[in-house]
Amino acid sequence: MIAEIGQISLILALCTCVLMLVTPILYTQFQNGIWLRLSRPLAINHLLLILTSFICLTVCFLIDDFSVRYVAQNSNTLLPLVYKVSAVWGAHEGSLLLWMLVLGGWTAGVAFLGSKISAKFRSHMLSVLAIISLGFLLFLIFTSNPFERILPIAPEEGGDLNPLLQDFGLIIHPPLLYMGYVGLAVPFAFAIAVLISGTMEKEYIAWCRPWINIAWAFLTAGITLGSWWAYYELGWGGWWFWDPVENASLMPWLIATALMHSSSVTEKKGTIVTWTILLSIAAFSLSLLGTFLVRSGVLTSVHAFATDPERGVFLLVMLALFVGGSLFLFAFKGHKLASNQNANGWTRELLLVINNMLLVSMTIIVLIGTLYPLVSDILNLGKISVGPPYFDFFFVPTTVALAIFMGMSASSRWSTSNLSESMKRVILPLVICLISSIFVVFAIEAFSRNYSFSWSALITFIAVLWIFLTLIEDIHLKLRTKMVGVIKNKSFLGMTVAHCGLAILILGVGLSSAYSTQEDLRMKPGSSTYISGYRFNFRELNEIEGPNYSASQGVFDIYVGDNLRGSVAPEKRRYFSGRDVMTEAGIRTNLLKDIYISLGEPINNNEWSVRLYVKPMVRFIWIGGFLIAVGGIIASFNRRKS
Amino acid sequence: MKKILLSAPIIFFLLTLGFLYRGLENDPKHLPSALIGKNIPTFELRTLDAENVLTQEQLLGQPFLLNVWATWCYACRIEHPMLVELSKRGVKIIGLNYKDQESLAGDWLDDKGDPYIFSIFDPDGKLGFDLGVYGAPETYLVDAYGIIMHKRVGVLDERIWQNEFKDKYYALENAIK
Repeated sequence: MIAEIGQISLILALCTCVLMLVTPILYTQFQNGIWLRLSRPLAINHLLLILTSFICLTVCFLIDDFSVRYVAQNSNTLLPLVYKVSAVWGAHEGSLLLWMLVLGGWTAGVAFLGSKISAKFRSHMLSVLAIISLGFLLFLIFTSNPFERILPIAPEEGGDLNPLLQDFGLIIHPPLLYMGYVGLAVPFAFAIAVLISGTMEKEYIAWCRPWINIAWAFLTAGITLGSWWAYYELGWGGWWFWDPVENASLMPWLIATALMHSSSVTEKKGTIVTWTILLSIAAFSLSLLGTFLVRSGVLTSVHAFATDPERGVFLLVMLALFVGGSLFLFAFKGHKLASNQNANGWTRELLLVINNMLLVSMTIIVLIGTLYPLVSDILNLGKISVGPPYFDFFFVPTTVALAIFMGMSASSRWSTSNLSESMKRVILPLVICLISSIFVVFAIEAFSRNYSFSWSALITFIAVLWIFLTLIEDIHLKLRTKMVGVIKNKSFLGMTVAHCGLAILILGVGLSSAYSTQEDLRMKPGSSTYISGYRFNFRELNEIEGPNYSASQGVFDIYVGDNLRGSVAPEKRRYFSGRDVMTEAGIRTNLLKDIYISLGEPINNNEWSVRLYVKPMVRFIWIGGFLIAVGGIIASFNRRKS
Repeated sequence: MKKILLSAPIIFFLLTLGFLYRGLENDPKHLPSALIGKNIPTFELRTLDAENVLTQEQLLGQPFLLNVWATWCYACRIEHPMLVELSKRGVKIIGLNYKDQESLAGDWLDDKGDPYIFSIFDPDGKLGFDLGVYGAPETYLVDAYGIIMHKRVGVLDERIWQNEFKDKYYALENAIK
């Protein structure tokens, strides 16, 4: 019964979508205000219906209703309660319902918080959001219905939630990511509305920016969380694999970052309007492309949902209609958008445009790398895979370039071009950062027994110190010239926090790759090994039982000299529902350094293959990532004077 | 000039769309095996529930499906009824019980039915390694001379049987009559 209520709610939501789509057109046709006034109630109605559906699905999980196919495939009576809830979005159908819920939320947000834009403009935006909702809702109802029943005989027991997903990180990872992906539909709708109306006022882009910032911040947090999860859950010690699905989230993020910066230029100077509009379309288009790649089976990935050609075709058609439609609109009406004259010379605008060029290049590089296996297969050039060597090769220098220009922009001004002044400002930071970095890297080599000179560490320190020192220089100058108002400005504060976050992230990435040690060994209980100044003693091997699994657990003691510093207990779990064996790594961290041990395979009687890592500074990657997200949220609180 | 620039994104997108469309027809799971056209690797293992030691010689004489399965493999449960159905139709299937526990495997077959003429017990995955198995379920089509004709990674269902195995299997059977 409950599943049917959920099903009916979805169908009713479809109806509200159609109405949301149609009422703005009726307004344009008949000029009767009533059509406009309907948009808010419709948006709320739509959200409530989707929410009802979502709650119904959740209830089906909580009461173990295995007659619902989706519940039977993804849950189990032994599954802990919190995972029964997260199983709702654990697979394709349910995660689509979550997508709809998030989209419904953002749509309602635009309906209620759009007071600074005209009712007509808002209604156009809501139309666009309604078409997107309509597309996904049709997809959901016709190809991916979570409420389908298994009749006449329901299974007594479910298949269980994939053990990899039975984890805190994976509970909140999809909701965070979707808030980001789906949130980018708002600037998308904004761009379409601008193209339809043919002009864009400054207040409008000012209105849109917080929406961009918040969606971007959520996407940042979602990606960071996913990386952290992969690190502690997958057992390989890696935190980014350039997997197609990871890339599918990185590409919209890169474009959204470019959009954040370009919309700042457009708001302040009224320039590069067409470019900002294009980026707004591109960001959500990449979200849609990502949805397609993950759910259509076109690319192989550990992440991909179960493949089905029918779903693939549907998604491709949606992609064609939404992205194709918006880009056609852009091609035909883009020239109507008026833009101010670009200022010449070494201005902040120039530096932000360089930033955009770099970020767009990085996006194209990732896109090529992600799609190349597909292109190669179709053109019969062979089945290949593109991995870290390709991506790292391009990403490292472009990130360094980004850092360099980020520092330069701190000493630049809006509109005014004064290259010599900027150069004078950066001399001192540059000198300090070069000398300190060289000093630190050589000091590390001299004073620690475990780390030798490393070029990548040197470059990392230079980039990180450069970012910090130029920021400090800028704040110092503003304090000196009594521009305290600028510092208190939430935009500036958010930017500072986010840029610091990026510096910390670069520090984590650079130092952990420069100074990590890794050993893959065969060990049996009682044996010890020495790595990077530590002695690891494989003390014992236990067999233990959890709520829905049994496991082999290795206990490792960590010694420095004769001091016992602590222990870790990696496990190899076998879940009762009969799925593959899962690895739980044993990690010990003091923030500056991670000790990471995971069990590989049992070999012979008592021996196991064991992976031992010592990874300095790896935590900083995620601390940096979350800080970037926080910066984005802070910046969105900026109250703009009209 | 501006018009050209403005049209560039849509053109680029349409190109990408074309590739994605063709990509849908592509099967990413179709990973060609390096052993196609080659003999089954040599091995010396015993069957499940029996003391007989088997080598690859005992597999010669008739075409068969070699199905890699295990009790820890969830998808194998989904595939199993299809195998039972195929064995009822007279298709010869030999199992390769891969990296599994003997008692669990025996119980599993008692529980769900045994479509296999016999199952090779490969707890350490030695034969699996030589065959290039990287997961379960996988199914190989082997001819009467022990040559591997086809490999399928993933669940063998009716559609895949019809498209990839059926004609080849019956052709091989006819060839030795």
